[in-house]
Amino acid sequence: MSFVKGVAVNRNRLALHVGCLAALLVMLYPLAWLLMTSLKPANEVIASLDLWPSHLEWSNYSTALDGVNGVSVTRLLTNSLLIAGGAVLGNVISCSLAAYAFARLRFRMRGPLFAFMIATIMLPHHAVLIPQYIIFNKLGLVNTYWPLILPKFLATEAFFVFLIVQFMRGLPRELEEAARIDGCGPFRSFFHIILPLTRPALITTAIFTFIWTWNDFFTQLIYLFDPDKFTLTLALRSFVDASSQSSFGPMFAMSVIALLPIVLFFLAFQRFLVEGMASSGLKG
Amino acid sequence: MTTTIARPAEAPPAAARPKRQREGAAWVFLSPWVLGAIGLTLLPMAVSLYLSFTDYDLFNPPHWVGLRNYTQMFTEDPRYWRSVVTTLTYVVIAVPLQLALALAVALALKSMRRGRAFYRSAFYAPSLLGASMSIALVWRAIFNDGGTVDNLLGTGGWVNKPGWSLLAVALLTVWQFGAPMVIFLAGLQQIPGELYEAAAVDGASRWRQFVSITVPMLSPVLFFNLVLQTIQAFQVFTPAFAISAGKGGPADSTLVYTMYLYDRGFVASHMGYASAMAWVLLVVIGVVTAVLFRTSRAWVFYASEGER
Repeated sequence: MSFVKGVAVNRNRLALHVGCLAALLVMLYPLAWLLMTSLKPANEVIASLDLWPSHLEWSNYSTALDGVNGVSVTRLLTNSLLIAGGAVLGNVISCSLAAYAFARLRFRMRGPLFAFMIATIMLPHHAVLIPQYIIFNKLGLVNTYWPLILPKFLATEAFFVFLIVQFMRGLPRELEEAARIDGCGPFRSFFHIILPLTRPALITTAIFTFIWTWNDFFTQLIYLFDPDKFTLTLALRSFVDASSQSSFGPMFAMSVIALLPIVLFFLAFQRFLVEGMASSGLKG
Repeated sequence: MTTTIARPAEAPPAAARPKRQREGAAWVFLSPWVLGAIGLTLLPMAVSLYLSFTDYDLFNPPHWVGLRNYTQMFTEDPRYWRSVVTTLTYVVIAVPLQLALALAVALALKSMRRGRAFYRSAFYAPSLLGASMSIALVWRAIFNDGGTVDNLLGTGGWVNKPGWSLLAVALLTVWQFGAPMVIFLAGLQQIPGELYEAAAVDGASRWRQFVSITVPMLSPVLFFNLVLQTIQAFQVFTPAFAISAGKGGPADSTLVYTMYLYDRGFVASHMGYASAMAWVLLVVIGVVTAVLFRTSRAWVFYASEGER
């Protein structure tokens, strides 16, 4: 801290930091609570007011690892990773293809189609949910991962198309013009020039897709009912009805396990996430 | 794509190629999106509209009932209205609180030299974590009987009180103010500093600068956040589901619209009724968005008109 500078300015700044830190402590409390409760013995979960457990009850975690409904956490974790991985792959491929067409190519109907694409960002999921369910049901794909992954390969998450369009529009036109004179068609321009330069937007798309798919509950709730196929999120749902406090420790241990990938992603990629979110609200 | 790469060297440069061919390339890039837009958006919307005029349980063929789903919804179903009121209440509480907090923190961080990046990330974290079932379960425990909030305020468990349970759901949304905050902060940083300097020279007070410079310059971003958060708030599901143990209780006080839709469609197998609910939601969100866009002409200021 620069205490040498003007005292009044410093005091203001100090107050700002104190205020921000206080706000941060309040905001982080639920996370601290989660971590501590996952290590508390059963009789302290509600009875004790202390955040800190009297002793660390690691057995909560071993119980959690056994899983729910006879399905191990390893299995649930694999299922979650499979779905999130598929979604990431689908979104990155399909959204970057569509974005390139919208951002860099000319074609008839581009204006109206782009407007339609933007409008689908605002479209409530529920307006298409039931027919989509019926379609997947008719195809015999309910209780498989296809309804959760396949739509991502068809660029249905317009938010990401928009994000990548915004980014691609910022790239200089001369790049492709030079390439075109050298005989580069749109496909080579896309793969060799535009796509590598779009990497930051693609990484942002990948991370957001992973986290949102990981967190998603509604779609999984509707499409999956075989405990073997459950994701971590869905398995946590089994605890929703259970009110017995003896299962509190393991339940929150499992919550921590389910949250861990998001925390790790956040710590590793926070710059991409914050910048990606910031640029979504601004003109490109 | 291999055909393009394998094109012989003597092929004419792309610029000279017939226009139709280049247009064809665009449609190749667009094809997954077109497939999705038709097969997973437009077609389902049409089907959902059709189903909303039928009785359909997934197993027997849909049976045309005309407007009955809609009349039943509006005139004979108190739980439907309950869910409408609950959702509107939630939107009106959660969205302004969340945006106000987001703006306040963004303003505080803007004037900060050191540590801004750290706070920005730290305040943003809940936006990612908060959407999870894990945090929704934490929320239920904290706001339950004997939970932290009960111990601090002695109010008893909000989760079990019809008048308070929805507030617990709303506070979970408010807690996730980081995403709009980040967008606000980015918007604030784009306001040219000269504007403030000029205003300070003219003797404008801090408040005056805020009202006359910050608010108008930030209004497009404010509008963006308002539209986005409102649309999202109308579709809230997971926290209400978790906090009410999947039942929308106590006394239907957390029975938000999408939860009732889920209940009618996927628990009670009234797909026609749920489709009608979905279409009303679509229309309401459309109308609310349109109204926001309409009023925005009066208060949203674009520095470079016509660029949008």
